Amino acid sequence: MNHDELIKALYDETLMGNAPAVLALTNEAIASGMGPDTILFDALIPSLEEVGARFERGDFFVPEMLIAGKAMSGALAVLRPLLAETGAESIGTYVMGTVKGDVHDIGKNLVNIMLEGAGFTVIDLGVQTPPEKFIEAIREHKPDIVGMSAFLTTTMPMFKVNIHEITKAGLRDQVIVMVGGAPVTQEYADAVGADGYAADASTAVRLAKALIKKRRDLVSA
Amino acid sequence: MHTVLKSATKTVTIGHDQPFCIIGERINPTGRKQFQMQLRANNFSRLAIDVEQQVSGGADVLDVNMGVPLTDEPALLGRAIMMIQSLTDLPICIDSSIIEALQVGLETYQGKALVNSVTGEDDRMDLVLPLIKKHGAAIIALPNDETGIPATVAERMAITEKIVRTVEKYKIPLEDLLIDPLAMPVGADPDSVKITLETIYRIREKWGLNMTLGASNVSFGLPYRHAVNAAFLPAAMSHGLTSAVMDARTPIIVEAVRAADLLLGLDPWGANWISRFRSLEASKASLNTGV
Repeated sequence: MNHDELIKALYDETLMGNAPAVLALTNEAIASGMGPDTILFDALIPSLEEVGARFERGDFFVPEMLIAGKAMSGALAVLRPLLAETGAESIGTYVMGTVKGDVHDIGKNLVNIMLEGAGFTVIDLGVQTPPEKFIEAIREHKPDIVGMSAFLTTTMPMFKVNIHEITKAGLRDQVIVMVGGAPVTQEYADAVGADGYAADASTAVRLAKALIKKRRDLVSA
Repeated sequence: MHTVLKSATKTVTIGHDQPFCIIGERINPTGRKQFQMQLRANNFSRLAIDVEQQVSGGADVLDVNMGVPLTDEPALLGRAIMMIQSLTDLPICIDSSIIEALQVGLETYQGKALVNSVTGEDDRMDLVLPLIKKHGAAIIALPNDETGIPATVAERMAITEKIVRTVEKYKIPLEDLLIDPLAMPVGADPDSVKITLETIYRIREKWGLNMTLGASNVSFGLPYRHAVNAAFLPAAMSHGLTSAVMDARTPIIVEAVRAADLLLGLDPWGANWISRFRSLEASKASLNTGV
């Protein structure tokens, strides 16, 4: 396969969630001398963007999104060390967790997939994440954004608790805080002092990019 | 083993030898912006519509959840229960994870309620079970704990064992315990329903307990959800599921459940099935003649 054929095959197989094919094509592309950043930015990210767009239109369903995400993750595992060597910059670091008291993770995982698919470095803290663990992760990974997920009206109040603890630890102005989950609304996100809320995974990615840009513009201004 | 629920005037029995118990699920403002705004403004008119739809759809019990963020949930729930009991004689399943809301709900309710729900976490059981005991209510318990939703049948059985022991410690009859074997979206894990079905089978075999689950969850993220739900419930029933929290507004799902009752010998000679057909025909005929 020549360069264009490889890119197209990677794009198509990722879109269809064919993990073994994506992994094989990634290795083939590397062996042919293609740069890891080319594989990521010209094939995988556009493919996941298309997955997100189809999902938003109602043309793609949850299982299709999950297997596309798995296919991309397999390729990323190979690409990450190579990308680190080339010094390519991630478009942002995102620490994500389901709040304490809550064990729901499907929505959170979908957002993680779309974030990784867009080129973010995602640190997933899993479910039942206590405030201390968010704080620890902010100190360790220095993320641009902290995302908190809650599926229950009874666990949503943890957003406020977490934000309060992050503020107390003196870290609030270092991170953007995004919240989401089935019962969450924009109104609620505003009430707890979050910087952003999105109703679905694709919107979350767009918002994450916009919030980072806004912040970087502010800093540079 | 029979779980008996009561309103002031009506009794519903859940059991492995009984027709399946449909717990209507839509009396719940989660994700419904307008309903939430109405409830905040103390406008309960939407409740009457939701109740009517679940009752006419064929619900046996009504699940009532008043989880509106940033409001006084105990007060809302108390008022909703009072209103619903004036509208229908179906028993109620009081749905909240806020202990004060359960307390107000149980104090307000006339009859023997079902409570949704408690997890296998020690601190949750120590909060909820004394209330259940005090009011002589029945309780739905989920076999998950601090660490998350157990992925295997063995783990779910181990937490169920712990729940059974704790319920016995509080001297609550096992008849009043319903286990929710946890139905997760099959679109997120191809084996999730197989694990749920095996858990149902083994819980029935080991303890003979009644069970319930949130039936709509299995089809999350998929197209034609109603068909997936309608296929899931009869399979779960044949493994030993005796009730489900589900939307009674969708005829295909209710019909699948009632047909499964007939097939599994829970509706001898099709008495319920045939009378359901007759009442549907009668309402069609009255529509046609304009009576």
